[in-house]
Amino acid sequence: MIFLYAFLIGGAICVVGQLLMDVFKLTPAHVVASFVVIGAVLDVFGIYDRLIAFAGAGATVPITSFGHSILHGAMAEGHEHGYLGIAIGIFKLTSAGITSAILFGFLIALFFRPKG
Amino acid sequence: MSLLRRQTWRFDRPVYLASTGTTVGPLEARGPLSGNFDKEYASLDCGEKSWPEAEKALMRRAVAFCLAKAGKKEGDMDLFLAGDLMDQTVTSNFIARENRIPFLGLFGACSTSMETLAAGAQLVDSGYAENVLCAVSSHNATAERQFRYPTEYGGPTKLTQTFTVTGAGATIVTREPGKVRVTEATIGRVIDWGIKDASNMGSAMAPAAADTIWTHFQDTGRKPEDYDLIVTGDLSSVGSPILKQLLIEKGLDITKVHQDCGLMIYSPDQPVNAGGSGCACSAVVTYGYLYKRLAEGSLRRVLVVATGALLNSATPKQKDTIPCIAHGVVLESVKEDGR
Amino acid sequence: MLNDPKNYSESIKPFQPEVPYLMNCVKAFLVGGLISLIGQLIQTFYVHFFHFSNQEAGNPTVATLILIASLLTGFGIYDKIARVAGAGSIVPVTGFANSITSAALEHKNEGIVLGIATNLFSLAGEVIVFGVVSAAVLGMIRLFIEQIF
Repeated sequence: MIFLYAFLIGGAICVVGQLLMDVFKLTPAHVVASFVVIGAVLDVFGIYDRLIAFAGAGATVPITSFGHSILHGAMAEGHEHGYLGIAIGIFKLTSAGITSAILFGFLIALFFRPKG
Repeated sequence: MSLLRRQTWRFDRPVYLASTGTTVGPLEARGPLSGNFDKEYASLDCGEKSWPEAEKALMRRAVAFCLAKAGKKEGDMDLFLAGDLMDQTVTSNFIARENRIPFLGLFGACSTSMETLAAGAQLVDSGYAENVLCAVSSHNATAERQFRYPTEYGGPTKLTQTFTVTGAGATIVTREPGKVRVTEATIGRVIDWGIKDASNMGSAMAPAAADTIWTHFQDTGRKPEDYDLIVTGDLSSVGSPILKQLLIEKGLDITKVHQDCGLMIYSPDQPVNAGGSGCACSAVVTYGYLYKRLAEGSLRRVLVVATGALLNSATPKQKDTIPCIAHGVVLESVKEDGR
Repeated sequence: MLNDPKNYSESIKPFQPEVPYLMNCVKAFLVGGLISLIGQLIQTFYVHFFHFSNQEAGNPTVATLILIASLLTGFGIYDKIARVAGAGSIVPVTGFANSITSAALEHKNEGIVLGIATNLFSLAGEVIVFGVVSAAVLGMIRLFIEQIF
């Protein structure tokens, strides 16, 4: 069942993005930025965690999960070390994503040519 | 030369096109005008190692074809007028570095094709030059990077968006009799009717094209029937109907003779959204297809109105509207003249 | 009346092509859903064969998707998928990888340091900026509220 929910929720989040672009004329950059912020906001009330429990990758693959994980990591350290902990924890859970994106992006750029 | 009212130059002493040279990329080579160009590259990189190098190769080859067909050398040219869409028109600058012809770089965005031709014809007519080489180029990948996103970025395209033509066109303007004459040029004014959407150039540029065409008919006293063809540069499937409607409202109906280079160069099933655009769009259609038909006499008089959007990639983000321009040049078949 | 510069933006509306809202949404849904489904398959794979917990499997899953998206960008395939998919290929984390790799590739001819490295985040930087800023602000508010109660 998790596979079906992942498909449905992941697709639904993209539909929201498509509507933001088509109806509200947002650029892709604005859509992505809004989704990161929305993901962080939804984490405040634990809503995003429930969505992940329900839809798995359907909630962790869209970029909204980046906002969610970044706040999650910040709060985990924040509870231990107070306000300073937020700065310590911000990249804690997103480190793998950012590191792999930089690493693979750099390597691909080294060895490939743009095709046009 | 005589000045008709304010914006139209009439070249009283005959000014001719000695020859033309055109190069295009792979998508244009698969379009309906294939076979009208001197070199049709099979790959977008034109065998070069980067996009800017590919664009240089396009212009270099177009100029070489043009010179060879006229039986002339770089040293025979008194002036090189060229432009393109890159920052500081570097493609033209670098080609001018190679050919060492006295050089004036011009920029009118996609209207540069007719801007260089009009200026070249004027200089030949006024006697300041005997032979002027005019060239423009554009490359889809360099323009994407300049004005939009990296070529491999998966951004969505809009239906109103145009597709930059990969290619280059060159011609030699001379006093020596040839098969095609340049008879008039109408220099456009910058028109801005408040369009902000950089992915809707057809709508933004239509009023500029309408202004230049309307002025041309006012200045020359001609009627649309006096032309076999009135072609606009890159108004696309969105801007062309707007242009026709703008002129019909003013009592000028060009519907029967109007075509758009951006719609001529690609077939409707090619993935180019609203049509082709770029300096090379009007240049390769004019110097490739139209020149051929004028030379053989199957077209007698053509008005080419190249349209340009004078923005850079930052101005739409700064919430500014898009200033647009259009320059018109009249080309006539000499066969008809001699009859 | 089109010949009215002040109302031009309004009066050209009948001349604009209609945006296929429904079709765009269907395509975005299918592609976005498919990418998520692939993500779920990868995650399940990590859970079953490497004995990660569901939560621990999230990181390697995202990294794998990013690798796939970077490779597809290098081969010139991702932008072709995106032409159809619209938001379906922008919203998933694969779009983040594509924006990084495509920017780096594009500037390759300016050198490894000034081209690739300095342009790596020219498009994707906003994700990091908005993630950090929103998380910092929301985190501080939440800590403040928690300390009061």
